[in-house]
Order: sequence, then structure tokens, then C-alpha cells
Amino acid sequence: MSAPAIVGVAAAVVPSSARRHRRRRERAVVAVLLAVVLALFVLTMMVGSYRLSPLAVVESLLGLSDDPSVDFIVRDLRLPVATTGLAVGLALGLSGIVFQKLLANPLASPDFVGISQGASVAAVLSIVIFHLGAVAVAGAALAGALLAGLLIYLLAWKGGVTGYRFILVGIGVSEFCIALIGYVLAKAQLFDAREAMAWLVGSIGQAGALQLRILLVALVVLLPVALLLGRWLGALELGDDAAHALGVRVEVARVVLLAVAIVLVALATAAAGPVSFVALVSGPIAVRIVRTGGPVLLPSALVGAALVLLADVVAVHLMPAALPTGVVTGAVGAPYLIWLLATVNSEGRGG
Amino acid sequence: MTTTTASLRQAAPTPSHRNGAALGIGLVVLVGVLAVVCVMSITLGTRGIGLGAIIDAFRDRDDSVDATVIRDLRVPRTLIGLVAGAALGLSGALLQGLTRNPLADPGILGINTGASAFIVTSIALFGLQQMTTYIWFAFLGAATAMVIVYGVASFGREGATPVKLALAGAAVSAGFYAITTGVVVTNVDALNQMRFWQVGALAGRYWPELERSAPFMVVGILVALTLGRSLNGLALGNDMAVALGQNVARTRAIVVVSVALLAGAATAACGPIVFVGLVVPHAARALCGPDYRWILPYSLVLSPIVLLTADVIGRLVLKPGELQVGVVLGVLGAPAFIALVRKRSLAQL
Repeated sequence: MSAPAIVGVAAAVVPSSARRHRRRRERAVVAVLLAVVLALFVLTMMVGSYRLSPLAVVESLLGLSDDPSVDFIVRDLRLPVATTGLAVGLALGLSGIVFQKLLANPLASPDFVGISQGASVAAVLSIVIFHLGAVAVAGAALAGALLAGLLIYLLAWKGGVTGYRFILVGIGVSEFCIALIGYVLAKAQLFDAREAMAWLVGSIGQAGALQLRILLVALVVLLPVALLLGRWLGALELGDDAAHALGVRVEVARVVLLAVAIVLVALATAAAGPVSFVALVSGPIAVRIVRTGGPVLLPSALVGAALVLLADVVAVHLMPAALPTGVVTGAVGAPYLIWLLATVNSEGRGG
Repeated sequence: MTTTTASLRQAAPTPSHRNGAALGIGLVVLVGVLAVVCVMSITLGTRGIGLGAIIDAFRDRDDSVDATVIRDLRVPRTLIGLVAGAALGLSGALLQGLTRNPLADPGILGINTGASAFIVTSIALFGLQQMTTYIWFAFLGAATAMVIVYGVASFGREGATPVKLALAGAAVSAGFYAITTGVVVTNVDALNQMRFWQVGALAGRYWPELERSAPFMVVGILVALTLGRSLNGLALGNDMAVALGQNVARTRAIVVVSVALLAGAATAACGPIVFVGLVVPHAARALCGPDYRWILPYSLVLSPIVLLTADVIGRLVLKPGELQVGVVLGVLGAPAFIALVRKRSLAQL
């Protein structure tokens, strides 16, 4: 589904002699990442107190199994968690790279410029002060993230929005939210504070069915949109003037891309909490795997999904006690990124 | 060198902030403000104290309550705010210059998380209970983080470039964060101790913390203040700095070492106070333009002003209780910062 976008950008940027080789590498990377994500997706449904073979999982998923207890374990118990991991990872990986490219800053993932903090404030307030249920907390987090994104955009608007001012205003909003969270947590009853802390760490196991369904619908709609708009991203990276010359309506392109990324990260955070570092490291990892300087949106989304799924396997099954996913995501992605930084000599701008 | 293409393009409406004399006067005024803030920090609080009592407390060495409060509580607290504030602000300015990234601060580059990880691990392994012993572990953690970040970023042909430094910092930070959270989730003792350290406060920081951390910070401050010209070179980009005859690798190494000293000791002394290291350098840059020979002294003076003012406000709003300085900084400081960002034509990093 992404082939037209990839071909389009590659054709625009790369001279024909080297083009075929690069395109082949980009396709191979996407294929390998897809295989890894699928393998991890199946793996998360195999492990647990009752172990299943990969064949049993796949059979059950395809409706070929005749063992109702296996069907129950796979479809009712493990599939929702695995799907959440997949969806949250895709959403975070995609929105992370869109932010990093759009703001031309490898550190500017949504969890460092205030979006996740907006979600967190709303969630913590609704847990500690209003004692809301899980669905309402998710709704509050969604509203908080969208509101934070809108607020940052409006406050950064001064006859246009530059990436630099967006980041600085984002830092301000983020610090404001962090202070509020700290205050509310310190004043809260211990029980509420622990519940809020658990939410803040983030775990794909906590996602409810409704949140998951909304996130999936959004992904089905927005993932192709984002991949198509990736073309604009390449032009915007060349600078506003150059992008304008290439026929991109700069401000419109930026608003639409930002909106897509913010909605995705807001829904992912509403479903699983602010799972840390996935949005930050997926993009840089993808840039260094692809290496051609070609499109990285789809690879980044896949890296995000792989990170979350792997982190969940590690957190739930390899630790002495089951941990929330958010504890482990950093530990899973960081060493790999460090290794890539040390070995791959590529200086991708904004990634 | 004092203008960038970015600010030229925006046709900066305020020529005054490139004017050396005006900046000098501004700095003198800020030093005066800092002095006033220091006096306020010693006199204001749950227990109001007259100005004369300060002098009496040190001249007569009497044992009145006022004198004790001043000598043992207020003065060390103010001094820590002064030195640690300056250290945090300077380290943020150095890191932003080094990585040329507005998001770079001791938090995202792994220094705070390194310190946290070492503290909780030491508590879990050795059962440490005293705040004063934390300092060494916090310091060790911060230094370790900085060494790893710089080491990882230095691999490869082009050395420790800004992008690689920033990403290595983020990755190391992520790794240490996982260690900290993992230990805290499994060890109740560590969680309990960690809660207090992680708040980031000047309350409860007295002479022992000051004596242990101040020497590092003072050395770091002195080194940092000499780096203005080198950072101006780095700001032009690697190639240009080399062409101007600068030893880029050496400059980066010196910056990294002084950041480790400054942020390591400051974080060890008063916990992770992110706002000062991240926001105040931006405020300094918004006030005085892109020249690091001005940004560094402005950060040096502005940071303790902001930190101590927030601390005093925190003491006064909830009498007889206290509002943590981090909360005050975020709630009052962040909107002020956003207003500043909107008002000024910004000198980009």
C-alpha cells in the first residue's frame, strides 16, 4: 500500500542509476521488519502460563483450530493484548518520526514536546481528583493530548509556525504539565497516587476493548494518509522556501501532518498510557536501518511495533515479577540504538 | 558572529539585544537582583526574620532561635540554591551549545537518570539510608552517563557530532530510566527513598550537602565561563569551526567534563530540577542573542535568581507548609517562558 509513496519520493530525489539498488534495499528493510513484527506478534500469544506452539496460535487466529480452550486463550485472552501492542507501537513509531522530521530535531518526539504530558495531566487529574473509571480516564487522556497539541500550535503561531518555536513552546507546556502532575501526586491519597503512577508508567495490558477499537480504526484510516503525506515531509525537510517551490503548501502540509501525528499519539496514550521512549527511538533506529535516506515512515512505525511487542514479552514473561510494558521499552530500544549509533555512519537530519 | 541568518531573516526588531554596553548593564542589574533575592531567601519564610538578625547571627554566634534558623537552615539553603542554580543553568547552556539542540538538558542527556539509577541501585544493594551518602552515588551515576554518552557518540569517522550526542544521550537516558523503574517497582525501600530525592528541592539541604558538592560546582563554573568563544565556534558548525582553527574534539571533551561536574554535583545536591537547566538558558538566549560570551554569564546569574525566587514563593504560599520548588517553577515559570518565547525574535541554536 505504501509502494506509490515510496516510488514517488525515490523518483523525485534519487538519480536513476543508483535508484534501483536503493529501492531494493528499502523494500527489503520493510519486508524484514514486517516479518519481525509478525513473528513477535505470534510470539506474544505463544508465551504465558500455558505455552502454545506457533502453529496452534496461527491456526486459532485463522479459525482452523478445533480446540475451544486454545481458541479461548488465544482469541479472548492474548489477542487483545498483542493487538494493543501492535497498534500502540505502530502509532507511536509513526508519530515519533513525523514529529522528528517535521520539527527537524531528533529529540523532538511527542513525549518531549508536551503532547504526552498533556495526556498525563488529564489522566492523573481524572484518577486522583475525580475518581473516574478506565474508559473515562482514557477519554480524558485523549482530550488532554489533543488540547496540549492545539495549545502548543496556537501559542507557537506568530504569522506561521517554525519548528524551533514549536519546540520551545512545547518545552514550556511540558514543564507546566509536569509540575502539575508532581503537585497532584504529592497531595493525593496513597492509593490514588499509586494508581496514577501505574497509569503513568504505561502498559499495553491496561487497554480496554473500546480504546483498542478506536485506536485500530484510527490506524486504518491515518496510517495510509500519513504514508501518502510522507512525500510532503521530504519536501518540508528541504526548508520552507524549497518546499514552496516544489509546490507544497507549507503551512497546510505542516498542520495536517502534525494533526495526524498528534491524533495517533493521543489515541495510543489513551489506550496504554505514556509508554516511554518508543516514539523517541523508533525513528532514529529506522533511519539507521534504512540507510539510503529514503522514506522512513513505514519502517519507523514497524520498529515501534517491534519494540513494544518485544518489550511486553520481556516485561511480562522474562522478569522475576511481571512489570508494566513502559518499564522495559527503554531498556529494549536503547541498547540497539546505541549499537547503531556506534556502527552506522549516517547523519540523518531530524532522525 | 553575533547574528545568524535566521535572526537576520526575521528582521529582528530589537537591535538593543546585540549591544554590548546594554548587555553589560543588564548583567549588572541582574547581579543586583540576585543579591536582593538572596537576602529575601534568608529573611522570608515560615518564620520571618529581620535584616539585622542576619548580621547578629554570624557576629555574636548566639543561640537564639533566629540565629540558629539563619545559620543552620536559611544560609546553607540559600547558598545551595545559589551555587546549584548557577551550575544547572550553565550546564544546560553548555549542553544546548554542544548539541545545538534546544531540547538538550541534563535530563534528556542521561545525567539525571544516571544519578537516579545509581541511587536506587545502591539503596537496593547496600541498603543506604543517609542522604549524604547518596551524593557520591548520584555523582558517580551522572559521570558514568556522561562518559557513556560521549563514548558512544565519539565512535565513527566524524566524531561526537551534535546529532549523535543528542541521540546517544536519549538512548542512555532510556536505559537508565528502565533500570531505575525496574528497581523501584521491585524494591519498596528504594521507592520510598527515591520519592524524596526525585522531587528536586532545596528544602532539607544543609551544610553537609553543600560542602560535598560545592567544590565540584565551583570548578565547573569557572571552567564553563571560559568556554563562550569555543561554543560560538561550535555554533557555526563542525566544518566552519575547524576552518577557524578550533580544536573541535578538544572543545567538546572540555564541555562534556564541565557538564558532568556541574550537573552531576548539582543534581546530587538537590535532585533533578529540570526547569532551570532546560528553560533558563533559553530565556538567556532570548534576552541576549546567540553570543555564548553573553549567554553563559546571563545563565549563571539568571538561574539562581529564578531558582531562589521560586523557592521563596514556595515557602510563602502554603505557610506553614511548603510548595516544592519544582512545582512553583513549572506553574509560574513555564507560562512566563512561553510569553518570552512569543515576544522575542529568537536566536536559533
